[in-house]
Amino acid sequence: MHDQEETLAFTEECEVAVTVNGQRYERRVPVRMLLSDFLRHELRLTGTHVGCEHGVCGCCTVLLNGEAVRSCLMFAVQANNLFLTTIEGMAGTQSELHPIQQAFMEKHGLQCGFCTPGVIMSVHSLLHENPDPTDEEIREGLSGNICRCTGYQNIVEAVKLAAERLRPEEVE
Amino acid sequence: MATRWFGAPVQRLEDPRLLRGKGTYVDDIELPQLLHAALLRSPHAHAKIANIDASAAMALPGVYLVLTAVDLGEVLEPSPLLVPHAALEQPRTQLPLALDEVRYVGEAVAMVVAESRYLAEDALDLIDVDYEPLPVVHSLDVATREDAPLVHADVPGNVAAHLVQQVGDPDAIFASAPHVLRESLLIDRGAAMPMECRGIVAQWDALEEKLTCWISTQAPIPIRNGLAAIFHLPEHKVRVVAPDVGGGFGTKIMMFYPEEILTPFAARLLGRPVKWIEDRREHFISANQERSQEHEVEYAFDEQGTLLAVRDRFLHDAGAYTPYGIIVPIITACTLPGPYRLRHYASEFTVLYTNKVPVSPYRGAGRPHAVFVMERVMDGIARELQLDRLEVRERNFIAPDEFPWDVGLVYQDGGPTKYDSGNYQAGLEKLKALLDYEHFHEQQASARAQGRYLGIGIGCYVEGTGIGPYEGALVSVESDGRVHATTGVTSQGQAHATTLAQIVAEQLGVAIQDVMVTTGDTHAFSWGVGTYASRSATVAGSAMHLAARKVREKAQQVAAELFEAAPEDIELAVGKVFVRDAPHRALTLGQVAISANPLRYAYGENARKLMGMKLAGPRPGPALPEERGAPGLEASAYYSPPHGSFASGVHGAIIEVDLTTGQVSFLKYAAVHDCGRLINPTIVEGQVHGGVAQGIGGAFYERLVYDETGQLSNASFMDYLLPTAAEVPPIVVDHVETPSPLNPLGVKGAGEAGVIPVAALFASAIDDALAPFGVRIREMPLHPCRLYELLQEARSQGK
Repeated sequence: MHDQEETLAFTEECEVAVTVNGQRYERRVPVRMLLSDFLRHELRLTGTHVGCEHGVCGCCTVLLNGEAVRSCLMFAVQANNLFLTTIEGMAGTQSELHPIQQAFMEKHGLQCGFCTPGVIMSVHSLLHENPDPTDEEIREGLSGNICRCTGYQNIVEAVKLAAERLRPEEVE
Repeated sequence: MATRWFGAPVQRLEDPRLLRGKGTYVDDIELPQLLHAALLRSPHAHAKIANIDASAAMALPGVYLVLTAVDLGEVLEPSPLLVPHAALEQPRTQLPLALDEVRYVGEAVAMVVAESRYLAEDALDLIDVDYEPLPVVHSLDVATREDAPLVHADVPGNVAAHLVQQVGDPDAIFASAPHVLRESLLIDRGAAMPMECRGIVAQWDALEEKLTCWISTQAPIPIRNGLAAIFHLPEHKVRVVAPDVGGGFGTKIMMFYPEEILTPFAARLLGRPVKWIEDRREHFISANQERSQEHEVEYAFDEQGTLLAVRDRFLHDAGAYTPYGIIVPIITACTLPGPYRLRHYASEFTVLYTNKVPVSPYRGAGRPHAVFVMERVMDGIARELQLDRLEVRERNFIAPDEFPWDVGLVYQDGGPTKYDSGNYQAGLEKLKALLDYEHFHEQQASARAQGRYLGIGIGCYVEGTGIGPYEGALVSVESDGRVHATTGVTSQGQAHATTLAQIVAEQLGVAIQDVMVTTGDTHAFSWGVGTYASRSATVAGSAMHLAARKVREKAQQVAAELFEAAPEDIELAVGKVFVRDAPHRALTLGQVAISANPLRYAYGENARKLMGMKLAGPRPGPALPEERGAPGLEASAYYSPPHGSFASGVHGAIIEVDLTTGQVSFLKYAAVHDCGRLINPTIVEGQVHGGVAQGIGGAFYERLVYDETGQLSNASFMDYLLPTAAEVPPIVVDHVETPSPLNPLGVKGAGEAGVIPVAALFASAIDDALAPFGVRIREMPLHPCRLYELLQEARSQGK
């Protein structure tokens, strides 16, 4: 009996409809499919990376209705009818990078690039909540994303630069 | 004057792609008909396999294949021994799947291939393995016991290797030295932990009988060669590509990991592409680790603090197998003398098997251990003689006019350990200024008066980099004037697409944006070794420079013929090739490339313009004159260094210890680094930053904890703590540039440097901070609880 239930849980499928980067997607997927796998392998949005599958490294960070979440800690079905933004949606279709991406390039805020999409999504969320963070607040805000290459030095610099450029008074 | 690219802090060419999420890491590769593999791994550190029943797994719908050792046929061979050594008398390497015995938790036992990874993992649960547990060697202590269980039944005493090296006559010096001290020092296990785990996609093309593998590796060419041999395929029918790789730090220089054989095996058998992506739990228990050594060091010195002789005996934990030979302990032995004038040195090490994940190089590769030992020695001398720690180092430094300095040992590459150049005092002077060393003791005293414990620590090191055997490069000008440059080394974040473009652009007078660099694709360039030992910029960079120079000379030759000028009067700049002092007599580099390729059919704007110029007159001989050699503007070149080049550096930090919690915070961190001429200072600084962060992890946070049954008890990021932005302090970096005389660019390696002295300086800083209690750090890594314990011990002894 128990085995049967288990097998059912493994094979059961459901409809999922999400809006990612402004585009609506409808798919039928296994109930147990992680949101990260859904984005990467069903929607082929492979910019969202998976570094630990237990919610620590932050590589899989995406925005769910504007808030940074770990897509490896959610099932795709939990995002049903919600709005997601992934790294692919940051710069839109424009040729120019988003100011956060631009700042990372100018400040050498990435090396292997694997953690970068997750870091950028977290920074987006951080600067939305706190447009003028101190160095300490930036470091605290980044502490949910592990980077093994940069030692965070230039990431912090990039966030400072991006914050400066994104602050409303300085945009005008 | 043309733009100088070499040495310029230019932005990276790879960034826009990576920043948009458009990188291609292995798991981003999707192929039609792709199947997914998962590995069953041993839950026991040591056990006999009595039986495996995979029938239920095979019966699960969606499962295509279950492989156990007996299914592998002639592929069931131990992995090749990568770097044999005469002292490695008992090498043992791993089978792709364990046959009748497992020797560490995580060892591969079976592989399932299914329609999805989810299903493949379901099937793993249905495989029934009958294990008979055996006694476990979980530590060096157990491994060396007289009645120790044996990791390999046919390896007595668990001893894989034993190597003795000696310089001078240390025994005689010890017999008459004014001061002799002896210490036991311990370095425990850690791991590289790149953010991208390992992974492979293998595709068998039955039509062309061709195998293609995309692997997250640092060594695609050796893997290509190996796969061709294992599967009896011609080498040109095997293509191995390292696409974007999400960090390696040495873990991915190891080959063959079992999955790198099993995945192509399955793809060939099934006639469908197969993907295997390692998850983080698997990475903790199946990707190679490093660092564990126990040293007994004796050192002799005189009243002035001059180091007279060192005797170092150490045990090195190899884990369950020795696929990478004894490279790590050899590097430790050779790195130990450091920047100091040590003429009498005895080094002896024993490599022991344990029931743990195998050991192969991780960033630093034996060097952090050596530097920890030697810098403890320097501090020990200072403490004994009541001298300033930096003064003791300065008294022992090799002077700038003493290079080349032959340490007298055989290095990891079989060549001499011979320092090519350096200026250690200059580095230390810069560091003192950065840390305001002169005034620190006042700062420390006033902090202590307020009950705060500050300490300063310094770590000096010399790092063997840029070793052979060789690397090569192929540089080719395309008809639109852009340049394609390719080499066998891979990039895992080091920015080869930028730095190698800088080297080429410098020679060919083009913008770096017009240089397209391909690395890590055996179909683009199939000669070479890989990215390890801080050697890419030095060895592949030099090859790239030589190839680009040949192309420049050919462009000059071709243009000289067209303009009827002397080749030495032809200049290359801003994408043009022109006669010096007559810039109107100019062609674009693309036009010269077309001219160098005498086709009947030429396409594109450059070709049309060229025809309009009517430069080509009737010529008597062959269209491709013999002296031109090959058509086009293309050349390859190889560079093989006479021996490694030795970079150096000194780092220092001011820390504060919280006596109530054992927590340590960094108040200042400074690094002065000498890697010869800098190709791109921004990128070198980034490498140093990252190394320091890993060093801080290895000094205070990251310790792999194995219990008595050989289980890794902290195999997750919740429990194995990688430093975050909140733990890594701001790092100030400065450079000394002592060019290497060994290569045409004057460069030395930079990739590993940052990590090397961190444990040493951390120990030194804690000793200094806790000097009032007489704490002496003899182990790494520490953590707050352990530091608190050491403090309590010191306090109770002091009473």
